[in-house]
Amino acid sequence: MIIQNTKISTQNLDLFYGTKQALNDITLDIPENKVTAFIGPSGCGKSTFLRTLNRMNDLIDGVKITGKVIIDDIDIYDKNIDVVQLRKRIGMVFQKSNPFPKSIYDNVAYGPRVNGINDRSKLDEIVEESLKRAAIWEETKDRLKNSALGLSGGQQQRLCIARCLAVNPDVILMDEPASALDPISTSKIEELIQELKEQYTIVIVTHNMQQAARISDYTAFFYLGELIEYDKTKKIFTNPTNKKTEEYVTGRFG
Amino acid sequence: MGYLILILMVIAIVAVYFYKKKISLTKSKKLDERFFVTLTGLSAVFIIIFIAYLVIHIFLLGKTSLSWEFLTTPPKDGLTGGGIFPAIVGTSLLVMIMSIIGVPIGTITAIYLAEYAKENSIFTKSIRFAVNTLAGVPSIVFGLFGLGFFIGVVGKQMDVVETNRRLDKMEVVFNQKSSAFADDGMANGNEISALLAKNDKAYWSTQEEQVKLLSEVYGEGNPIPKTAAIKFFRERLQPRWGQPSLIWAALTMALLTLPVVIVSVEEAIKTIPRDLREASLALGATKFMTILRVVIPGALPGILTGTILTISRGAGEVAPILFTGVAYYLPDLPNTVSSQFMHLGYHIYVLATQSTNVELTKSLQYATTFVLLALTFALNFTAVLIRSKIRSKAGSHS
Repeated sequence: MIIQNTKISTQNLDLFYGTKQALNDITLDIPENKVTAFIGPSGCGKSTFLRTLNRMNDLIDGVKITGKVIIDDIDIYDKNIDVVQLRKRIGMVFQKSNPFPKSIYDNVAYGPRVNGINDRSKLDEIVEESLKRAAIWEETKDRLKNSALGLSGGQQQRLCIARCLAVNPDVILMDEPASALDPISTSKIEELIQELKEQYTIVIVTHNMQQAARISDYTAFFYLGELIEYDKTKKIFTNPTNKKTEEYVTGRFG
Repeated sequence: MGYLILILMVIAIVAVYFYKKKISLTKSKKLDERFFVTLTGLSAVFIIIFIAYLVIHIFLLGKTSLSWEFLTTPPKDGLTGGGIFPAIVGTSLLVMIMSIIGVPIGTITAIYLAEYAKENSIFTKSIRFAVNTLAGVPSIVFGLFGLGFFIGVVGKQMDVVETNRRLDKMEVVFNQKSSAFADDGMANGNEISALLAKNDKAYWSTQEEQVKLLSEVYGEGNPIPKTAAIKFFRERLQPRWGQPSLIWAALTMALLTLPVVIVSVEEAIKTIPRDLREASLALGATKFMTILRVVIPGALPGILTGTILTISRGAGEVAPILFTGVAYYLPDLPNTVSSQFMHLGYHIYVLATQSTNVELTKSLQYATTFVLLALTFALNFTAVLIRSKIRSKAGSHS
């Protein structure tokens, strides 16, 4: 499979928690402005792999990484890379919605503020724009000053997406963003992902194979820390090359 | 009074027993379980009775002395009358200065321990060991430490620096051309006074007072030699920092309460969910920004809890301030941090043990105790109010 417009490329990536190897020789290219899904059973390393892409694993003691992660021709594990700058460009949405215990407005304005934007009218503009793009503006515009914790679970997750968009990233990493949501909220998030891929490169980890089939353009199947198969989503779900992949997507294990 | 307690306890036992019995009508419980529930419930009730008894007892015995005047006037007639105003002010100032110094230091230490310290490094282990040891040191030892270190070393050094600077400056003043000493090295008391007043009166206030003494030695209006004057002033310079004072007492107290602040703030920081920190970092916030904007606001109720505990402890402890700043009787309020002060806890001790007239001081003693309790409760209650307000504003994040 040939990928055009590679945005993220990993080469021979190994990751160790202490002495335990969690990722083994992962080499894959993620295309720009597409949705790439990582699937696989629990503990297969897909979330760990996602978190290497914005160096979130740096926060965990005892993690050692070898190999390369190249985003826009830059090795993000290079010594001279400023992790803070990197994370501004690579946004992340977590499994459990995690709004700050602040107002809706302050949640969205958090990213711009920590990056030095304090101009009120500029912030207003960013907040409105981000909430609109995350398709939650209509529900929140009259209560921007209210606590974000008063929103429903699905709304909170879309707020987290808006918060992520407010720092204007190129890439959005999503770690099972809909796994804790009801079906209606899930379909809203999925619609949103489809709209967002026009402007952003989206990488999504999901447990839900139907979801991966519905929303992604490419799918990578992980098993026991290894990348088993990576191809167009259609191919993975209809005609996988590897037997393990076939067993997993047809629900025979996992 | 003793009978009253007995009756209350019997009522409590019966009440708890029947209350539990009523529940157990629907679920048949074993006898030993009911006994245990009664026992534990009883201990809880006993605490309430004890506190209520304590407060009521103290109030009843002290109420004859309690009045607005009692709260707003200094003691008089050799501590057998008057009020406790200087002690209230002294206690409040002590607690405030202590919190202003201790809470930030404790909070910063807790942030370091919770956020930056590597758990297994020798440095972290030694900090934890030091904090635990600090928590276990008897308070009188803190008092001795305050006396030995803050007053004996720090204060004394400050005095040496300050007095030398002051004397050097005085010699310059005495040697200047326009000085009264300039012509023949002699000047009389009035001339010295005028000289000091001309060169910043406030700075030389203690010397100005001493000029009178100096004049008496040499005879009113007689000339005094310059060298003798300098020697005289040098010998009579009062220590300013090398003596018990408010600031040293507050520092000693801050040290005593540091472990309380550190432990409660660290616990509060640990309750901040990991995913909130990750959310902040993923948005391109630095670790410092995350601590400033997510961790500290989230830990604010915990920081206030630490402050509450500190204040309660600080208002009640007497031993650490015994040698470091508290005064037996001081009708004037402390006007600088280097003044001595009166303290409610110490005042109670003084009234109870040093009284010249037991009958007269008895109600004063109880009234003072009541005020101390009320002050502590009031401070606690304010902090609890602030805390719950912050909590409801931030919402719960769990």
